[in-house]
Amino acid sequence: MSTLVVLTIAAPLVAAAGGLFWRGNTVARDAITICGLAVAMICAFVVLAEVNDSGTHVVHVGGWQPELGIVLVADLLAALILPVALAVIFVVEIFAIGQRRTVWGANPELSGPLLCVLTSGVSLAVLTGDLFTLFVAFELILVSSYVLLTNQGRPSQIRAGMTYVVMNLFASALFLFGVGFVYAATGTVNLALLTERIPELSDGVRIGLGAWFFVVFGTKAAVFPLFSWLPDSYPTAPTTITAVFAGLLTKIGIYAMIRFHTLTQMDDLGSTMLIIAGFTMVIGGLGALAQSDVKRILSFHIISQIGYMLMGLGLFTVAGIAGAIVFLIHNMPVKTVLFLVGGLIENDQGTSTLDRSGGVASRRPVLAVLFAIPALSLAGIPPFSGFVAKLAVIAAAIAEASVLIVVAALVAGALTLLSMAKIWLGVFWGPPASEITPVSVPRRYQKTMLGATGLAVCGILVISAMSGPLFDLCVRAAEDLKHPASYVSEVLS
Amino acid sequence: MSAALLFAVGGLTSVGIYLITARSLSQIILGFSLLGHATVLGLLVAGGAAGDAPIAGTAAVADMSNPLPQALALTAIVISFGLTVFLLALAVRQQHLTGDDQVEDDLEDQRIAQGQPAENLPEETTEEITQSIEGGIP
Repeated sequence: MSTLVVLTIAAPLVAAAGGLFWRGNTVARDAITICGLAVAMICAFVVLAEVNDSGTHVVHVGGWQPELGIVLVADLLAALILPVALAVIFVVEIFAIGQRRTVWGANPELSGPLLCVLTSGVSLAVLTGDLFTLFVAFELILVSSYVLLTNQGRPSQIRAGMTYVVMNLFASALFLFGVGFVYAATGTVNLALLTERIPELSDGVRIGLGAWFFVVFGTKAAVFPLFSWLPDSYPTAPTTITAVFAGLLTKIGIYAMIRFHTLTQMDDLGSTMLIIAGFTMVIGGLGALAQSDVKRILSFHIISQIGYMLMGLGLFTVAGIAGAIVFLIHNMPVKTVLFLVGGLIENDQGTSTLDRSGGVASRRPVLAVLFAIPALSLAGIPPFSGFVAKLAVIAAAIAEASVLIVVAALVAGALTLLSMAKIWLGVFWGPPASEITPVSVPRRYQKTMLGATGLAVCGILVISAMSGPLFDLCVRAAEDLKHPASYVSEVLS
Repeated sequence: MSAALLFAVGGLTSVGIYLITARSLSQIILGFSLLGHATVLGLLVAGGAAGDAPIAGTAAVADMSNPLPQALALTAIVISFGLTVFLLALAVRQQHLTGDDQVEDDLEDQRIAQGQPAENLPEETTEEITQSIEGGIP
């Protein structure tokens, strides 16, 4: 079991090294990266099954005591998020192997191995049991994302990359300051020990620390008003890179927030979080309506969706946190698929601007279906997973009688649907655009890309079909977070 | 002693943040270096009073300084080294592309702020992208 937990971090890292070493050899490089990601994904699924049966599993790396060493904690929350995240990356890597032959594709020599480094960072961020290792995991994710975003060196990428890098570096510096503050106040950075010691601090210090980390994780998660870097930078990257960023990076920020703020019982910040969540949802939705490019509309949706997760967390009830976790699990694959389909549209039309494209529904009906399912799911239309997730969050808010936030959530839902309709009208309906220049992709690679997207859509349908048992698991995970006694005793024993 | 360090942290942070708000990437890089020093110093201050070197067998345990924040600080220093180099590479690339290292505004944001329709937006064509990829760094 411990081996499996460690493999989710180590396998992609080894694959990254192998992929970089044989970067000139296309077949070997692709085989190594795919194998590394597959091993990590399979391990994550086995870990989920084990944790579901026998409860939290803790790995004391190097046999150190939890006060001194690094601990990896596979509790139910981590075990739920990890397989979804790794499956998303796996599908994107398959897509990337098809797309790298086109001008929109990422630099093949670097993107595969770097995606593996990013995967390793994601696993570490999800599993880690202490704040400083979380910082290192964030850096691992961000450093690979900086390179993935800018390595083609196109003018737009450099311009957007600068904002992205500067903004995230600043958040990282704040993170490090926060680690220092926490250590000065409590004498530890281990989350289990913090769970015991932070509630004992005086109110001012405790809430100050909570607010500080809210800003840090909020910048990574792109909540209002810290989101400006996201819609500028994401659309400029190659499709596969944007898809991974959209599906995972902001979600890891929210995941860290869920873990830190529930374990340390920052319930006092709840009302602030709800206000910010309301603004994030509505402004993200309005921003999406104002755009006229598929990728930019989808980028603003990321922000809007983050608001829902923050809303679930801000309620600080078991139902609310469970809703946030369900939303997280639903949102990762849906967001990624939408960007993958965006990439396929770009190949077909030669552009992702709404005004210059049209008639895809008659030219490529498969694309229309692949877009419609995740789009309806994102907008929260039953029977898809988005409906379950939104229902869970909104029902939790109604139970707490938070009327305003429910109104904001419903308005944001309507805005999402409107902007999806805008994409649909602009790209899929109407006459074909007058002068389209499809990007030439060899048939074999086109099939790879379509197949990967189809696989991910099937994944979304499976999540939708299993939403009942999944929600029960999420409620259990939320209860563990709300009553962290078992988490603490598992880690410290 | 600790107060002097705290003032140093404050000073480094304020100068660092001032430089980060600049438009030129070289100033931003200097700002991040200072901010990086400030965070490392902050970690050391968080570790409590200084003492003997924390090497087993060389001093009484009670007299040693706390080794954990030092380990954290070392990790942070290594990370900030790597990122500074990356930022410098980014600045060089921007210099090659535009002749200076200014951080520019987002075109789409400007378009929406000015209320212009999307047609006015210059778009990178497929050929331009191909050229810029094949051309590489001049």
